Amino acid sequence: MLETFFNLEIARSAWPIILAGLGNTVLLSLVVVPLGLTGGLGLAMLASVRKPWVRYPLMAWVDFFRAFPPLVLLIFLFAGLPFAGLELGGFACVCIAFFLNTGAYYGEILRAGIESVPSGQTEAARSTGLGRVQTMLFVVLPQAVRNVLHDLLSNTLEVVKLTALGSVVAMPELLFQARQAQSLTYNPTPIVLAAVIYFVMLWPLVRLLSRLENRALAVRV
Amino acid sequence: MAARPIVEARGIHKHFGSHHVLKGVDLALAERELAFVIGPSGSGKSTLLRCLNRLEEPSSGSVVVDGVDMLDPRTDLNHARQRIGMVFQSFNLYPHMTALGNVTLALRKVAGKTREEADAVGRTALDRVGLADRAGHTPGQLSGGQQQRVAIARAIALEPRVMLFDEPTSSLDPELVGSVLGVMRDLRESGMAMVVVSHEMGFARNAADRVLFMDQGLIVEEGTPSQIFEAPAQERTRSFIGQIQKH
Repeated sequence: MLETFFNLEIARSAWPIILAGLGNTVLLSLVVVPLGLTGGLGLAMLASVRKPWVRYPLMAWVDFFRAFPPLVLLIFLFAGLPFAGLELGGFACVCIAFFLNTGAYYGEILRAGIESVPSGQTEAARSTGLGRVQTMLFVVLPQAVRNVLHDLLSNTLEVVKLTALGSVVAMPELLFQARQAQSLTYNPTPIVLAAVIYFVMLWPLVRLLSRLENRALAVRV
Repeated sequence: MAARPIVEARGIHKHFGSHHVLKGVDLALAERELAFVIGPSGSGKSTLLRCLNRLEEPSSGSVVVDGVDMLDPRTDLNHARQRIGMVFQSFNLYPHMTALGNVTLALRKVAGKTREEADAVGRTALDRVGLADRAGHTPGQLSGGQQQRVAIARAIALEPRVMLFDEPTSSLDPELVGSVLGVMRDLRESGMAMVVVSHEMGFARNAADRVLFMDQGLIVEEGTPSQIFEAPAQERTRSFIGQIQKH
């Protein structure tokens, strides 16, 4: 049992491959989280436009990409689009898929945050001469982000986990590298190693989330 | 008085959907004048005030403040609004900033001052409302009366030509009202033109040049405080004054 799942010899030889995967997972997260946040911020700002020709397409967009499984989206981009003559690399496909999928989620969270800021804040800012964008940037968003910080972090946790999807389009991230090492060594230890790394990497974020939850509860009481 | 009024609003109409809130209101405010607006809730007082700096878009009419046509699409509204200070019933301080941060935000971002310049102006403004020692406090650490005074400091720091007060003491505990009215009185004595929507009749009696009574979207009657409070000409004014004096 130990020999099979926790083989130190194999772990040692697989370590460089796994480490490269970890590096790529971190890099990928550093790219797709800001991408998703940017997309989400754009969607959330659009949501404050109360015109029907903005509102309904926006709702459709967000609903569609929230309901569309990101794995299916990714495979469609990677394996489907080439049939239309559009061949994108694995990295580009992951970026687009995350922009669309996690952007929709971040967008909903940020929209809720923006709506939680009382309109009096905007009125006060505008009455002193601040423009629409300045008001959003300096007055509304800081409060909005604080109000939905827990949900933003929680979504970010999901996004980092979702980067494992990159393995299906041959992105050499943590899971993909672990699978490579597994098939080279005919032993599942590299997968266990990857799981441990995911846990060690994300556990602090999970703890932080719990603390935020407790704090929010304490404030509410 | 031949001088140009600092605020001149003519024929203001405002519809909210099918609801006709302002039905042709004229308001001219002279330099250094304090106009006090009273009336039952829903009479359009706040809407009128908010039309003056275009927080509310008038459906028709004209608004000229300090010679600037507020409804002209070519007017730089953000620039014009610096000359019109506004104080709200619910203070609307930015909770994520200190008192000084609240006062200096527009100084830095709109008036283009450096942080040092803005801080100096901001501290002077806080000093004027008696809160120089609270510069580093956040709104949550201040009483309601102090918050409202910071809100006044935020407006006067921009050196406005006119100040609009929208029920500035209505959400304050009674013992905190005096400090805010005191600041408003100082401001009045410094010669600031002011339009005040409020129920503080004592303040109106002492400080107002003119009292306007609004009902159902119209100015029903206006005159000096003693005219309006002691000898109102209109029945509606009389019954409103009678009602609030009972309380």
